[in-house]
Amino acid sequence: MADLSVDLAGIRSPNPFWLASAPPTNSGYQVMRAFAAGWGGAVWKTLALEPIVNVTSRFAGLNAGAYRMLGMNNIELITDRPLDVNLEEIAACKAAYPDRPIIASLMTECTRESWHELVRRVETVPIDGFELNFGCPHGMSERGQGAAVGQDPELITLITRWVKEAAHVPVIVKLTPNVADVRVPARAAAEGGADAISLINTINSLIGVDLESWLPIPHVDGKSSHGGYCGPAVKPIALNMVGACARDDRVGIPISGIGGIADWRDAVEFLLMGSTTVQVCTTVMHHGFRIVGDMIDGLTNYLDERGLASVNDLIGQTVPRFVDWNDLNLDYAVVARIDPESCIRCNKCYIACEDAAHQCIDRPADPLLAPVVDEEHCVGCNLCAMVCPVQDCITMVRTDAGDTVHTWRERLSVPS
Amino acid sequence: METLRLTEPWPALGPPIAKHLSQLDVRVEANRCLNCYDAPCIRACPTGIDVPRFIGRIATGDLLGSARTIMDANPVGASCARVCPTEQLCEGACVYNADQSPIRIGDLQRYATDWAIDSGATLFRAGPSTGKRVAVIGAGPAGLAAARDLARLGHAVTVFERDPHAGGLDTYGIVPFRLPAEIALWEAEQVRALGVTFRTGVSVGETIAAQEILAAHDAVVLAVGMGAVPRLGIAGEDAVGVWDALAFIRAAKSGAGVGALGGAVAVIGGGNTAIDAATASRRLGVPSVTMYYRRGPERMTAYQFEIEFAQLEGVEFRTCTLPSRIVVENGRVAGLEVVATDPGGSARSVPGTERVVPADTVIVAIGQSRHVALLDAFGVLYGPTGIAIVDDAMRTNRANVFAAGDCTFTPGGIDAMVVEAAQRGKVAARSIDDFLRGAAA
Repeated sequence: MADLSVDLAGIRSPNPFWLASAPPTNSGYQVMRAFAAGWGGAVWKTLALEPIVNVTSRFAGLNAGAYRMLGMNNIELITDRPLDVNLEEIAACKAAYPDRPIIASLMTECTRESWHELVRRVETVPIDGFELNFGCPHGMSERGQGAAVGQDPELITLITRWVKEAAHVPVIVKLTPNVADVRVPARAAAEGGADAISLINTINSLIGVDLESWLPIPHVDGKSSHGGYCGPAVKPIALNMVGACARDDRVGIPISGIGGIADWRDAVEFLLMGSTTVQVCTTVMHHGFRIVGDMIDGLTNYLDERGLASVNDLIGQTVPRFVDWNDLNLDYAVVARIDPESCIRCNKCYIACEDAAHQCIDRPADPLLAPVVDEEHCVGCNLCAMVCPVQDCITMVRTDAGDTVHTWRERLSVPS
Repeated sequence: METLRLTEPWPALGPPIAKHLSQLDVRVEANRCLNCYDAPCIRACPTGIDVPRFIGRIATGDLLGSARTIMDANPVGASCARVCPTEQLCEGACVYNADQSPIRIGDLQRYATDWAIDSGATLFRAGPSTGKRVAVIGAGPAGLAAARDLARLGHAVTVFERDPHAGGLDTYGIVPFRLPAEIALWEAEQVRALGVTFRTGVSVGETIAAQEILAAHDAVVLAVGMGAVPRLGIAGEDAVGVWDALAFIRAAKSGAGVGALGGAVAVIGGGNTAIDAATASRRLGVPSVTMYYRRGPERMTAYQFEIEFAQLEGVEFRTCTLPSRIVVENGRVAGLEVVATDPGGSARSVPGTERVVPADTVIVAIGQSRHVALLDAFGVLYGPTGIAIVDDAMRTNRANVFAAGDCTFTPGGIDAMVVEAAQRGKVAARSIDDFLRGAAA
C-alpha cells in the first residue's frame, strides 16, 4: 500500500489531508473528532491575543440546481474564544494525537511586539508550525489585518521576518487571492523567510440578494458586507494560483494547496500542480469529518493502481506542463467525434455548437439518428464534449501529424 | 352562471393514485432534465407541450411560466398530467430511457398545474373581439380545447353541454382516484373565465335544434364524444344489477350512488373504462371483482399501468372468456354464465365450456355507441362506424361545421386519448379561425 506521509517544510504528516483554519478547527472537541476520523493535520482556527466578537448570521451557500453549496461565503471572523482556552485544547489534542501536526494560524496587529508576543505565547504549547493569516478578506481587513496585509507585499515581507525572528517552528504564509497577481505576495513571503505558502484564502464575494426582501444574503439585521468565498466552485481559481506559484522560480518554497478540494480527485490535482499538503474546509462543513476516509481510500487506490510507492511521486508532476499561452503548440489539432452507439439523441452538442461555437455539428434529417461532426470545420474547442451528458460519447481525436511544434513565442521571435 | 366548480365535493373513493411529489423530489427531478434540443418528449406529446421549457421554469421557481407553457399547448393539461399514458408518450421518448429512468414528466406537469389550480393565477386572456360567434357542442376535452383557443383568438364562444357539469369524460367517466372532477372543472373554469358562455344541461337535438344553433353562429364545432355502452346481446341484460360502465362510474364519482353491489362484481371488457369500473367496485367494498375479456391478455386495450394498478387493487382477470348469459333470479342478477373462447384469440366461443360464475352485479364496458343522429342533424357525413368524416384540419363536409374528439376517432384505435382529443380541439379552433377570417376578408 502506498505511503501517504508527506513533509511540508519540515512539518511531517501521516497523510496530506489537513483541515484548513476555519470553523471545523474552532475547538479541541472538533479537532479530536477530526483526528479520530483520520485527518492528517489541522490548522487551528486563527488565534489572536484577544478574542473578537462575531455577528449572526454568518454563512450563505450557492446552490446550482439540485446541488447544494457548490460555493459558500462567510463573514465569520477569527477565533472568538480566549487564547488560553485554545492553547489548552491544542495541548490536549497534541497529547492524544502526537503524530498529527497542529499548525497555529495567527493574526494580530501590525507591530513587531504584538507578533512576537503572540508567537511566544502560542509556543508555550507543543505546536508544529505557524500559518500567518494574511488572507481573511472580511472584517479583519478593515482593521488593517488579514487580507489588508496580504495585499501589501512589503508588509508581508516585514511581518514574516518578525515572526521568523521569534518562531522555533516552520512558518507558512497564507495568501489572499484578492490580488492582481498572486505571485507578487508569494515572492514577498519567500523574501521574508517563509518556509512555505498556503493558498488560497477566500475570495471577496456577495453570495446573493433575497428576491422577496431585497436584502443581501446573509444579512445581519437587514445589512450585509462582503464575505469570503470558498467551496467546489473556487477550485479552478485556486488551482491556477497554486500552479502559478509552483512554476515561479522566485517563489521557490513548498505549497499547501487550499480551495474547493472536495474529494481525493481534487486533492490529486492540487498535488500534481505542486501542493505538498491540501487543506479542506467547505466539504467538511457540508458533510462532516468522515469524508477523509474516502479521501484516504481513493488516494491510496489511485497510487496503488499506478504502482506509485509514495504520494510524493505526484507532487508537482504537472507543473512543467503549466506554461504561458505563448508556449502552446499552434500546430496541434483535435476534432470531436460522436459515438452514435452511446449517443442518446439529446442534441445538446448540436445546439451548443450551432449557437455558441462553430456550426460544425450536423443533424441528420431523421431525428432518431445521432448528430455528426463536420470534422473539416471543427476547431476542437471541446464544447460539445463538455455539454454531452454521456460519459465518453464525444471524444476529441487528434488530427495533426504530431511531428511539428510552432508557438506564438517563436513567431514573435522571428525577425521581421 | 358564476362558476363551473362543484358546490359540494364529490366522493374521493380512497387515496389518489398519483404519487406525492415532495419539494425535494421536484428540485432533484426538475434539475435532472437535460433540456434537450428538439427534445423527443415534445415530439411524443400529441399537443406538443414544450416539456424542457416547463420543467426548466419549475427549476427556476417560475411556476406561473411553467403552468402557462403546459396549458398553452394543452388546455386540459392538468387532467392529462393524471391520465396520460406517459410511458407511451413523453416519458417513453425521454433520452434517459437509454440507461436510467426517464424524467417524471407527468408528475412534474401535475406539480405545475396543481400550483396553477391552488394559486388561482390568471393564465390567459381572451383575444380582441372578432365579432364572430362559434358554437361548441360538447364540453369534454376536445370541446374545451376548441372553446379555449377560439376565445383566445377573439371569437364569441358558446358551449352547449348536455350534462349538468362541463368536462365530459374527464368529469364523469374517469374514477376520482385517477382524475378528480375538480381538476376537469378547473380547466372548464379557465375557459369560462375567457368569456366563453357555458349552457349546461342543454341537449342539442332535444332542448335546442341543430338548425337553431347553425342559424345563430358563424361556425360550429361538434365535440360530442360518444354515447352509451352498447348492449351485449345476451339473455338477462335488463335485470337489476346490470350496469353500463360509464353510468356506473358516473354514479359512483358524482355521489349519486350505485346501491348495493353484492359480494361479487363481474366486469365485461378489457379497456381502461373496464379497469376503472373494476377498481371503483373494489374501493366501494366489493370483496370479489373479476374482469372478463373475450380475447387474450395481450389484446386488452387498457394501458399496462392501469392493468398493474387494478391487480394491486385486488381485481382478478379472466381472459379468453366470453359472457353468454346473465343468470337472473327475481329480476336481479344472480350469476354470470361464461364460455371459454378460442385461445388463438379469435374470440369465438368453444362449445361445451359454459360455466356459471358468481356475480351479483354485472358491469358492461365494451365500448361506446356513436351519436349519429346528431351528426345527421348537422348534415355531417360519417363513416360506417359512425365516425364523423374530417380532414387533417378537422373540417367536415359542411364548410361551417368542424368536428373533434371522440366523435372523430376510429373505434379501437390507439388515438382515443384525452390528450389527442385536446389536440384535435386545438386544430379545429385554428381551422375555424382561418375560415372565419377568410370569410371576413
